[in-house]
Amino acid sequence: MPKYLMLKHYRGAPAPTNDVPLDRWTPQEWTDHVRYMRDFAARLQDTGEFVAADAVAPEGTWVRFDGEGRPPVTDGPFAETKDLIAGWMMIDVDSHDRAVELAGELSAAPGAGGRPLGEWLELRPVMSEPPTVTE
Amino acid sequence: MTDDLRAAVPQVLAALVRRGADFAAAEDAVQDALVEGLRTWTADPPRDVRAWLVTVAWRRYLDAVRSDVARRRREEVPEEPVEVPGRDDSLQLYFLCAHPSLTPSSAVALTLRAVGGLTTRQIAEAYLVPEATMAQRISRAKRTISGVGLGEPGDVATVLRTLYLVFNEGYGGDVDLLAEAVRLTRQLHRGFDHPEVAGLLALMLLHAARRPARFSADGALVPLASQDRSLWDARLITEGVSLLQAALGRDQLGEYQAQAAIAALHCDAASAAETDWVQVVEWYDELVALTGSPVARLNRAVAVGEADGPRAGLAALADLDPGLPRWAAVAAHLHEADGDLARAAELYAQAAAAATNAAERAHLLRQASRLSA
Repeated sequence: MPKYLMLKHYRGAPAPTNDVPLDRWTPQEWTDHVRYMRDFAARLQDTGEFVAADAVAPEGTWVRFDGEGRPPVTDGPFAETKDLIAGWMMIDVDSHDRAVELAGELSAAPGAGGRPLGEWLELRPVMSEPPTVTE
Repeated sequence: MTDDLRAAVPQVLAALVRRGADFAAAEDAVQDALVEGLRTWTADPPRDVRAWLVTVAWRRYLDAVRSDVARRRREEVPEEPVEVPGRDDSLQLYFLCAHPSLTPSSAVALTLRAVGGLTTRQIAEAYLVPEATMAQRISRAKRTISGVGLGEPGDVATVLRTLYLVFNEGYGGDVDLLAEAVRLTRQLHRGFDHPEVAGLLALMLLHAARRPARFSADGALVPLASQDRSLWDARLITEGVSLLQAALGRDQLGEYQAQAAIAALHCDAASAAETDWVQVVEWYDELVALTGSPVARLNRAVAVGEADGPRAGLAALADLDPGLPRWAAVAAHLHEADGDLARAAELYAQAAAAATNAAERAHLLRQASRLSA
């Protein structure tokens, strides 16, 4: 019963099929898009495959350790960072095929003109515990 | 106390169903009774656990049905207390909960709840999903099998696969899934005489025996060849081997008996070098013939490498798809044994990148760095 993260990107993903800049969507198109995402999550709760979902702000802070007794160094945001995560949904499914099927459905969320956005989602397996039977 | 309680759960559920309750409603009622028992019994446990559960679960069931009656215009349900029969047909529940119409994850969840007597919360914690998600998974599973009668013959293969999955996967929480799988398989074996049930139980015991040696004190994965064999549980090994011998004596070989035979040969060796690798290869041949599993072929290549030398192992590996999980790890091991350390280091690093769990990844990275040093 593997878990997968479905990752949405602000940038770094190839262009969606319905490639209209987000600031040109109508309010109704936004409403429909958000409703689709919410309904999708609710449907996965109903099928018993939902684990978690969140969106994250585009701008954050970079932090690192700076030696014993010193406060951590903060920096950023870095405009040159190529890959920028927008949000994720974690699912717990029976197979990789099922994960691909669900990512495809999520990518069909409506965009401009009410047509499927066709956004590229990144599907990443979550590391599991080692199995007990090894040979 | 909780063990008694949980062992009684399938019997109580079967008693309610026999009494005329439909499976889904009865299962909910038993879960309610179980949760109440876990909550209230610490101070004052009843003398007869099973009778207490039947009484409370039946009352819950009646309450639920009555609140439905007005809506569904059902006829009255008998109110007299249920007698607890001596007959135990709770084994039927194993087949129902692992019905072939269920997905593996649904069968696992339903089995742990209806047969194992775990609460939805415990199952959710063991698999790291929200409780609401697990509750939905279980209620959908019950809807899927709602038309299947308790007495209908099921498929022993899906029952065994379900128990094997419980044994092999899962994270923890406050439930030891490995021990739970052993308990459920033991319970099945007591009531159901079948060589593959015995084979699976033997396989579980032989692997459970090695559990104390699988991880080092600092949490690192220790491969079979480097395990401290004095930590292996001799009692479990003895039990597993004798179960296996009895099963094999019936001459109805199956995949779990073959896997258990391989595990038994490892348990039987005082050191990795003293392993009877020729016999291990023979059992892998049986396993491959039975299942055609590419994973079995991959593990067979490791055994061939030990029995006939690394070149023979690499030859066996050459026929297999490099896309198989753990292919690179096996190739690395065989190349190292063959003396090609540079190639082995490269393959260990490649294997680490493809690892599906963190412990194995760390282990493979250590191997790569050991050879690159």
